[in-house]
Amino acid sequence: MADILQLLVAGLATGGIYALVAIGFVLLWQTSQTINFAQGEFVMVPAFFVLAAMKLGGLSFPVAMLLGLLVTLVVLGLLFKRLVVDPIIRHGVLPLVISTIALAIFLKESVKEFYAADAQPFPAAWATTNLAVGGAVVSVQNLVIIAVAVVAVAALQYFLAGTQTGRRMQATAQNPVLARILGIPVERMILYTFLINAGLVALASFLVSPIYLAKFSNGETLGLVAFIAAIVGGFNQVRGAIVGGLLLGVVDNFVAAYLTAQYRGAIPLFLLIAVILFRPQGLVGRAEERTV
Amino acid sequence: MTFARNARLIAAVAVAALLLAAPFGLKPYGIYLLSLWVVMTIAAIGLNLTLGYAGQISLAQASFVGIGAYTAALLTTQGWPLAAAFVLAAVLCFVIGWLLGYPALRVQHHYLAFVTLAFATLVFLILRNEEWLTRGVYGISGIPRPTVLGWSTQGPVDFYFFCLGMLALVSAATWWLIRSPWGRAFTALRENAMRASSLGVDTRRYTLMAFAIGSVLGGISGVLYAPLVQFIEPTAFALGLSLNLLLMVIVGGSGYFFGPFLGAAVSVLLPEWLRFSEGLYLILYAVFVMILMAFFPSGLLGLAERLHKRAGTPAPGPAVPTRDGEAS
Repeated sequence: MADILQLLVAGLATGGIYALVAIGFVLLWQTSQTINFAQGEFVMVPAFFVLAAMKLGGLSFPVAMLLGLLVTLVVLGLLFKRLVVDPIIRHGVLPLVISTIALAIFLKESVKEFYAADAQPFPAAWATTNLAVGGAVVSVQNLVIIAVAVVAVAALQYFLAGTQTGRRMQATAQNPVLARILGIPVERMILYTFLINAGLVALASFLVSPIYLAKFSNGETLGLVAFIAAIVGGFNQVRGAIVGGLLLGVVDNFVAAYLTAQYRGAIPLFLLIAVILFRPQGLVGRAEERTV
Repeated sequence: MTFARNARLIAAVAVAALLLAAPFGLKPYGIYLLSLWVVMTIAAIGLNLTLGYAGQISLAQASFVGIGAYTAALLTTQGWPLAAAFVLAAVLCFVIGWLLGYPALRVQHHYLAFVTLAFATLVFLILRNEEWLTRGVYGISGIPRPTVLGWSTQGPVDFYFFCLGMLALVSAATWWLIRSPWGRAFTALRENAMRASSLGVDTRRYTLMAFAIGSVLGGISGVLYAPLVQFIEPTAFALGLSLNLLLMVIVGGSGYFFGPFLGAAVSVLLPEWLRFSEGLYLILYAVFVMILMAFFPSGLLGLAERLHKRAGTPAPGPAVPTRDGEAS
């Protein structure tokens, strides 16, 4: 029982991170048909912005984190949209897929070349002790991750459903032409989604880096798993990304503990193939018209 | 038209002559790189069939190279001839490629990219974890080079010519294939699957066929790769190689017959010439690909074609089946 509780908390924490990253994926896809193959690298990079600010700028950790967030918003939000997505999106999905694959290589190699090739310790903003809850040992870090993820998702949902800007963004996602006719500044709404995505990956980065350390290759699996989470949950729904992320995180931890540690990396893939073959719209997604 | 045809013929003969003469002026490492280019070109030609002609994106080509390489390594270290590895790898890759095609019947574009990516990860995990078969992370070493009809290909130059011969065979077969009704059906599938289907093309069968044949070429490339490097381990066939092969096809020009040749050259040979830049090379390469996608998504040959058109002469045209006289 204690084991199960322990694994559940760890799984939910991992799943919370996946969910944050997957939500960004889904938002970008919804508003601008952008498939970001560099999403995993987007999670890896903000930690290095913070580390660089501390090492080169001599800033304290909280200030560096704030600066890291700002730089992430500008570079992975604004510049990513203006320099990478905007010139390519008119060519269709495939060139953008190729370009973001190249972007992933660019980010990875840049960090390796200009910062460090080995794993860097990243300070945690909270206690790293463990709590004993009824026989189970639960790390405070995991609890913090779950709490932050829940707050972030709730805030995002409130923003999207409860504010005027959020509703405009939803209108843009559902029908850009009609949204434009209604006087919604569609371009600006799309920019907001890119900024929200940047904010989400920065958050994920600050949560995950103290545990896994900051390393240039961190993004490889994270991006893949987050995308699988988005498909498993339902690619056209934010709540699909949440369901998919949490499910993958929990299943991953239980499989590693009880079935096979060697093939734990394969579990999301089996889930992905099963969902694509039997329920292509995802667990909670709506059916989408498909081309042939 | 005749001028353009002649120019292409002369260029092709010049490149062929260069490829035949090159190893005699190179050090062993240069010959190794050239052989690697040949091997990667074969895999890229396969991916170009699947992606460029039939329009089905695949991030799993490295897995088929891996399957081919492990087949070759396991058989030849047990004393079997390399010919047996070619046959077995081709059959294996055909069947697995055919099965991998099934998701392609249901999903397109980025979904398909991730399904094939999932498959690639799965193959990597099997290669790494099933130590009884693949020796896991320790890899397989001492892979012998074949003796073909009494001709030992032990030396680097001999093996290079062996690979080049295979490339010539594969190129000829592909050249024939894309001009056959099958090749036309592939292109029809890429251009407009719905219309192709309404014209009586069995889109199901041709989608699966495109995957299967592309995969077989990946396998053949792998069978050559194993004796070339003589030591294989799982990470060589991980996602990195799949992405690299994909970039080769796109950078060269997907859907152009010579695209993979050029793309593989950019990816295999250029890093060596830019060795002085060390880690910067990959960064520059990535920026180059992003710029290429922004301005010329049809790759280097697409760019060449456009420049050619602007100069006022008829373009060589993509190697899609357009019969002489029909071409615009």
